[in-house]
Amino acid sequence: MAHEETVYEALDHAHSDEGHWAFGTGFDEPLAGVDTTVPEGVDPADLGEYCLMLGDDALVLAQRLTQWITNAPELEEEVAIGNIALDLLGQARLLLARAGSVGVLGRSRERATESIPDEDALAYFRDPDEFRCTALVEAENGDFAHTMLRLLAAATVRLAVLARLRESRDPVLAAIAAKGVNELTYHRDHAARWVLRLGDGTEESHRRAQAGAEAVWPLLADVFSATPTEQRLAAGGIAVDPAEVRGEVHAVLTEVLGRATLTVPGWPADAPPRGRLGEHGPELAELLDELQGLAREHPAATW
Amino acid sequence: MSAPTLERPAPDEAALQEQFDATVSAEHRIEPRDWMPEGYRKTLVRQIAQHAHSEIIGMQPEGDWLLAAPSLRRKAILLAKVQDEAGHGLYLYSAAETLGADRADLTDKLIEGRQKYSSIFNYPTLTYADVGVIGWFVDGAAICNQVPLCRSSYGPYARAMIRICKEESFHQRQGYELLMTMVRGTDEQRAMVQDAVDRWWWPSLMMFGPPDDDSPNSAQSMAWGIKRHSNDELRQRYVDMSVPQAEVLGVTLPDPELTYDEASGHYRFGAIDWSEFKRVISGDGPMNAVRIARRRAARDDNAWVREAATAYARKHAS
Repeated sequence: MAHEETVYEALDHAHSDEGHWAFGTGFDEPLAGVDTTVPEGVDPADLGEYCLMLGDDALVLAQRLTQWITNAPELEEEVAIGNIALDLLGQARLLLARAGSVGVLGRSRERATESIPDEDALAYFRDPDEFRCTALVEAENGDFAHTMLRLLAAATVRLAVLARLRESRDPVLAAIAAKGVNELTYHRDHAARWVLRLGDGTEESHRRAQAGAEAVWPLLADVFSATPTEQRLAAGGIAVDPAEVRGEVHAVLTEVLGRATLTVPGWPADAPPRGRLGEHGPELAELLDELQGLAREHPAATW
Repeated sequence: MSAPTLERPAPDEAALQEQFDATVSAEHRIEPRDWMPEGYRKTLVRQIAQHAHSEIIGMQPEGDWLLAAPSLRRKAILLAKVQDEAGHGLYLYSAAETLGADRADLTDKLIEGRQKYSSIFNYPTLTYADVGVIGWFVDGAAICNQVPLCRSSYGPYARAMIRICKEESFHQRQGYELLMTMVRGTDEQRAMVQDAVDRWWWPSLMMFGPPDDDSPNSAQSMAWGIKRHSNDELRQRYVDMSVPQAEVLGVTLPDPELTYDEASGHYRFGAIDWSEFKRVISGDGPMNAVRIARRRAARDDNAWVREAATAYARKHAS
């Protein structure tokens, strides 16, 4: 039945109208024929935790971008931001469903009834301290320049990680990464084009873009610091150690800002992981209040 | 060497009018470069702009639930739908631009209250059932209104309508599917659905515009082939379509006079409160000010972004 549909079942009819639209953008059965058993030697708790890290980043950034809908500078931008948010939401659904399927549900099942699929139990019934996203995606949007600089930074990091994750020993992560790389290439390009226009546009847009960069750069401090979970999984060929992508991210961001005639802010010193371990500021709690409120009011409902 | 002369003697207006009339009556399309009567052009710009504005303002009532959608699947469906509406607005403004209008200017007219949009979007969305009911009623009514426009005499509008109607019918089915899921859910969910039906039914009947005997521009628009059925005909078609759907869903439409008339094969319905329609369309509905304020803020607060894009394009034009 439609309301009991899980993300995996939806993939089965991704070519019919409904399956396609449920995911918003062309969905080419990324997991069709993929072996979903946990690879040998991998702790399912670690694997699930890692899926939450990548899934929560996507979910929270999708929610932030969705805040622009009906408020964007142009109609073309409504469409573009909607697309990017839909892509990220699609990635989040696959990753949260994967975490649930390997048994990582945290305390969510204490509140969510049986009829609620894993992806929704995880998205709607975890508290902020169980979320594994980084401050880079949690921070508020600010103005359009700030939003595009954050998108540039976040998409650059995620693209670099997912590009490497295509080689993961876990076929599910590899398949999700392969699909995500195509999407993120577009997200990064879209953001970079705006950073160029704003940096090299008018005096005002330059000032705002510079302020955006100054606000976003410090959020990179803990992005490249691996948690023990990531270290174990990276050693086993499952995950990507984020320290590996630091150089690439630095090079891409420096080049885009340079071409946009912006001053590259000082690169922050590496800080120990915070968000990945469940430490968040009040802005995440506020974002989750809005995201989760209705679902929590009706824990026995199906939608 | 002298340039070849491109000027031709202006064909007389009567001949052009004759050719235009022949094209329209043969059900062929008028295209942007064809001659057309000034009244036809103006009426079309007004009609298409009003339609485009409705798509863009129509993003807001449902958009208000995007951040709080109660499942990730519903969030994705709703986001895709609201995104489609932005896309529809884009096609329609582009169609209006083929007639010499300018999108920014039309947007200004919307914000200044000089052009209208569908009055239905001036009602608030109070619960998530409203998202489903908007899909079922509002998109359903839009389809009844718009399917005939796929045969509009103006080519760019007709072609835009074909794509828009396909997407609207998809939205309608999604809305109905949400309601079907909700009525199979908890008692609270069933109550939400009935409450939303109660609030949206009458405004949806008003979407077809005033009754035929109070619709001054209709006859000319019909002759021009840019309106194909009367308001009352379309309204009747919508009621006939909706009643059986309400029965399947198990909800009651809030009209005690709604009865099936064996003789005509149509459902008869109660009197519409046209004073409410007039009040809402003239700016005094529950959400008019909010809708326009949001659109104004999107334009004004981000003017610097558009200026930057223009400045950048100018610098890098070579």
